[in-house]
Amino acid sequence: MIHQLLSLSTIVGILATAVRLTTPFLLAALGEMFAQRSGIYNLGVEGVMMMGAFGGFWVALVTGSAWLGILAAMGIGALMGLLMAFISVTMQAEQGISGIGLYMFGWGLAGFLFRLTVGYITSIDGFKPIAIPLLSDIPVLGTVLFDHNWMVYFALLMVPITWVILFKTTWGLKVRAVGVTPEAADTLGVSVARVRYTCVIIGSVMAGLAGAFLTLGHTNMYADNITAGRGFIAVALVYFGRWNPWGILGGAFLFSFVDALQLWIQVLGLNIPYEFAVMTPYVLTILALALVAGRIWEPAALGRPFDREGG
Amino acid sequence: MGKQSPGMKLLVLTGAVVGALLIGALLLLMAGANPLVAYKAMLLGPFSSRYGITETLVKTTPLILVALGIVIAFRSGTLNIGAEGQMMIGALAGSAFALAFPSLPGIILLPATLLVSFAAGALWGGIPGWLKAYLNVNEILSTIMLNAIAAQFVTYMLRGPLIDPKEVSYGTGFPQTAQIAKAAWLPRLLPRTRLHWGIILALVLAGLVYIFLWRTSLGYKMRTVGAQKEASRYGGVRVERMMVLAMLLSGGFAGLAGMVEVLGIHHRLMDGISGGYGFSGIVVALFGQLHPLGVIPAAILFGALMLGADMMQRAVSVPAAIVFTIQGLVVLFVVGSDIFIRRPGFAARIFKRFKTPPRPVPDEGGAQ
Repeated sequence: MIHQLLSLSTIVGILATAVRLTTPFLLAALGEMFAQRSGIYNLGVEGVMMMGAFGGFWVALVTGSAWLGILAAMGIGALMGLLMAFISVTMQAEQGISGIGLYMFGWGLAGFLFRLTVGYITSIDGFKPIAIPLLSDIPVLGTVLFDHNWMVYFALLMVPITWVILFKTTWGLKVRAVGVTPEAADTLGVSVARVRYTCVIIGSVMAGLAGAFLTLGHTNMYADNITAGRGFIAVALVYFGRWNPWGILGGAFLFSFVDALQLWIQVLGLNIPYEFAVMTPYVLTILALALVAGRIWEPAALGRPFDREGG
Repeated sequence: MGKQSPGMKLLVLTGAVVGALLIGALLLLMAGANPLVAYKAMLLGPFSSRYGITETLVKTTPLILVALGIVIAFRSGTLNIGAEGQMMIGALAGSAFALAFPSLPGIILLPATLLVSFAAGALWGGIPGWLKAYLNVNEILSTIMLNAIAAQFVTYMLRGPLIDPKEVSYGTGFPQTAQIAKAAWLPRLLPRTRLHWGIILALVLAGLVYIFLWRTSLGYKMRTVGAQKEASRYGGVRVERMMVLAMLLSGGFAGLAGMVEVLGIHHRLMDGISGGYGFSGIVVALFGQLHPLGVIPAAILFGALMLGADMMQRAVSVPAAIVFTIQGLVVLFVVGSDIFIRRPGFAARIFKRFKTPPRPVPDEGGAQ
């Protein structure tokens, strides 16, 4: 069975799948990174992704335009981000629990709306791969890296872009300051609430996109629980990547590689119970968290509500 | 927990449920159902018949058990989101044990099966507890991952090693175990209903957890870890041990809840036995103000809501996922309005802000 996995075409297939599957992890985790850098821990990513996946799918199904689906997913993400920001910033709620509430709300609502509007498995015209001229002709590497749909390239480009925003702009400095010492940032005239609202909404819009990728850029259909815990894994990736886009890229690729491997194990029908294959990313998440935990820096004000007017 | 009077707490909690139900009404309208008809079925159904009352208590039973575990964990400063997985693992181990020793007399088999399920749930909860205490691994994430792992593992066991031999010989292959020996069943409390002794067990355990947390020194230590971790360390409490113990107990209660469902109702293990109780238990624990006795009325309320939602679905036929959605809204409303309980002046402050223009930024002498 091992030789099946080791043939060149299989390896290329696994790697290409892995690069494609990096997209939802990257989009959701880079977005969550902004929220957490500003001090808000949004555990509801999974729920936002489900809503993004459904919203994107449904709009694309009704209008025939995957691009309108993308807009819808972003809009839904923004609204859910606004809700999370209101509860965790304005109402200063315990963020772990409110995130779980947002997850339950989004997950349930997506399932509810799907039953209501469509109710059966049907496929849509998703985004087609765009082979990049010349680069995609390179043997092996071309297939692995340069023959994907635009969302894959977009997610990869977001890594340097978010890095520049976070570390090379004034706004990025404000975000980092608000996440470490909101009191000091406030004294210097930075609106902690505005920065946190913005970051949570950005993160949620990206989570909506990550969900839309699953329906518009990956499976071209919607199914119950299509996100399969990827939203929660994305939150873990932010820890694993130490709140840094490059670290998150590394972690995202590791996870999507395992994800791709388990898909191919199922495709090839290898003699491993499929439940164990499906389990691997979750086991890996726990191992990864255990590996990096204990000696990591984290934004000092993460999870701590800020009240400008004191108690 | 808060500084407000019980009356104010009740008001805020009622407001939270009403708020969630109002948004739920919008969803019902979208589904083309009449919210008044739906909510009438939901609110009156559970209390208007023998069937309604007993079925409410049937749903209350696992909710109390799960919520008790969550109260212990939350009070000790650990957010256990893994009850769903702990239930499944507890039910799996207990069922495997009961199936392995079918000829034991019931008086031994029943308590032993429950103990095995408690131990297995405790193990599944203890892993994230240990990881948090000694490696600082975020327990919310690890418990969610363990939920997913447990679901896959149980499915594997039900399709493979533990499948009912009859399912194999008939060729149906439905993933469930064989029926557990009758001696191990939890007896029914009332004839011709599904209400079983599990509810008595749950009520007794709620009292015991209250005594444990508030009347024993071990329980006191665990609560100080939850309230003031570093201070309790200075006070000589072994913080890490308390955190692990809290998660062991928390998982144990969830495991027990799973087994009680099996022994009281289904009499065999099948997929989906946790039925979302793991998440609903969180809602119940929060709603019961993280108090073991507060959990009881909260569990009855949510048991009624869950049953009522089933009845509502049949009355106006809307998708089942609406229940999970409304529960999510309840969580959001409860944690979102908690500040009114924590900070008596908060409501007045917001109100004032709407009436007067925003406070100008105080000029404190410019740059230093």
